[in-house]
Amino acid sequence: MALLDYFLRKKEKQVTTASRAKERLQIIVAHERNSRNKQPDYLPQLTADILVVLRKYIQVSDESFSIKLDNKDGDLNVLELNIELHDEQSPS
Amino acid sequence: MARIIVVTSGKGGVGKTTSSAAIGLGLALKGHKVVLIDFDIGLRNLDLIMGCERRVVYDFVNVINGEATLNQALIKDKRVSSLSILPASQTRDKDALNKENVGKVLEDLGKLYDFIICDSPAGIEAGAMMALYYADEAIITTNPEVSSVRDSDRIIGMLASRSRRAELGLEPIKEHLLLTRYSPKRVAEGEMLSVEDVEDILSIPLLGVIPESQAVLKASNAGEPVILDTESDAGQAYQDVIDRLLGETIDFRFLVAEKKGIFSRMFGG
Repeated sequence: MALLDYFLRKKEKQVTTASRAKERLQIIVAHERNSRNKQPDYLPQLTADILVVLRKYIQVSDESFSIKLDNKDGDLNVLELNIELHDEQSPS
Repeated sequence: MARIIVVTSGKGGVGKTTSSAAIGLGLALKGHKVVLIDFDIGLRNLDLIMGCERRVVYDFVNVINGEATLNQALIKDKRVSSLSILPASQTRDKDALNKENVGKVLEDLGKLYDFIICDSPAGIEAGAMMALYYADEAIITTNPEVSSVRDSDRIIGMLASRSRRAELGLEPIKEHLLLTRYSPKRVAEGEMLSVEDVEDILSIPLLGVIPESQAVLKASNAGEPVILDTESDAGQAYQDVIDRLLGETIDFRFLVAEKKGIFSRMFGG
């Protein structure tokens, strides 16, 4: 019977621990990469709100406006706002 | 201009210092001027692997603090005159290094050497960040094992965000994957991640695969970097790494287990 077991075991290709390792790593690494690059949830709404306020006073196109949350030296977060003003725009 | 190469990993014990020593010595044997820097402040070990532990008088922190000149602190290798070692300090003064003073030392070394190899401490603390900050290239030392691969991925993230090249928006650090302690037999049996698996996950170019080898422990016992053991598989694999670093295209070896058939056993083939 032992001999039979041997051949049967060879036939069925069971999931190896290496393939489990790969699968687990792919999931966790993808997850961690995502959170590394992730902006906070409030950022899109904040961006929209700021644009509404700005447009009360000046004309701002989507291209001339950028907002970025930067992590400096690990513990300092900096919110960077870039607004390009064009000469022909005057306050309304 | 000198090539500044950091040997890093995130995880400890995967072979950073072994690899730094082998690569530094290997490049020097090819006639290049090489300096090996131990960034593991407080846990100096490169000197031991290089076999020059009894010749350490001054260290990296002494140079930073102006207590010694670079010339006084650099240890010339007894085997190859074009190789020098800058040992780490054994004092726990971890805050001794900062971007300014490390940058100054690297700038001075860059005038004297072709290659600056920075042996990084484990972890993602200040010491590891300092070792990678000025790098042009990074050798990401990884074992085919889950925690090592995950930590390597984190370090790859750090290279892309926390290095000088990232901060200044320069061309990113050139990354190389060095897979160490590889056992083709266990890979064949499905017990170990394969080269392709690790490449798939980390997606950085492969520089070398160092097989699990008894030669590595023997080399560190003797203080003779394993690349000097030209008979050993690990020594030869590091030699291939050197040739690739110098721009050659070399086939990867030691990726499949040697099959010891009944005939080869009988005839010693």
